[in-house]
Amino acid sequence: MHLSLALAVSALLFGIGVYGLLARRNAITVLMAVELMLNAANLDLVAFDAWWRDKLHAGQTVALFVIVIAAAEVGVGLAIVLSVFRLRETVAIDELTELADRDPQLRAGADDQVAVNPVAEDAGAIR
Amino acid sequence: MTLADAVFGLLGLLCLGSAVLVVTTRNVIHAALWLVVCFGALAGCYLVLTAEFVAWVQVLIYIGAIVVLMLFGAMLTRAPIGQLQELDSGNGPVAAVAGLATGGVLLALVVAAFKGAYVDVHHTAVGDGKVIGTAVFRYFVLPFELASVLLLAALVGAVVLTKREGS
Repeated sequence: MHLSLALAVSALLFGIGVYGLLARRNAITVLMAVELMLNAANLDLVAFDAWWRDKLHAGQTVALFVIVIAAAEVGVGLAIVLSVFRLRETVAIDELTELADRDPQLRAGADDQVAVNPVAEDAGAIR
Repeated sequence: MTLADAVFGLLGLLCLGSAVLVVTTRNVIHAALWLVVCFGALAGCYLVLTAEFVAWVQVLIYIGAIVVLMLFGAMLTRAPIGQLQELDSGNGPVAAVAGLATGGVLLALVVAAFKGAYVDVHHTAVGDGKVIGTAVFRYFVLPFELASVLLLAALVGAVVLTKREGS
């Protein structure tokens, strides 16, 4: 089969992943988009392995390591999402703006929001 | 146009179509289920490319573990089950431009670079368990051990991150 077919699928899958990463608001769907991008890289690795007829099968082995790292990434990522949800009762990533470097007035508004959030009282206990 | 081309093309179309649905559907649970279709089609692509072991690992780890983990995450964060608008942030058009630009540039680059390249899938050593096991345990032992340490660290880290104080 033609190598460029596999590479085209991989490139388009990566583009779809980039779109999902930027357009989504829910943290879990953002993680799904990251998985799509990792799979695009995996498809490239496997395709080049088959094309090169690699005696060491480095492409397929590295694809396995990428799958392992993706599993670890999803585990830690979901743990972070769950702790954020416990603190804020939201997983919308564009509402988590505390680390942003922005206008002080806007930041004051954001702090008010946090203060009236009843979940903020639990924050001390969890820390 | 061989049989492998046709099968890979169909599986690729299935994979890309379900990937588009993953990033556009308005329902978190539907997104996770479309992710299953996408990963299943990718496992079929790996089979066409003679990567047998990677295909089954893809089914076991991605479909069996990662998507289930995401469904658990959706459940624990009380994701709204019905249709909802706020799953997408306001920067959809910018994201579409970025995604199209990335995909388009990569597509043009790889198609121009590997125009005549041909994978002879009938004369490639099939990457079954024996071949990949030999490769992992003979040539990639150190990365394999590092991966086990990484998984342990991720496990402990996830437990520490989600543990409530005093329980």
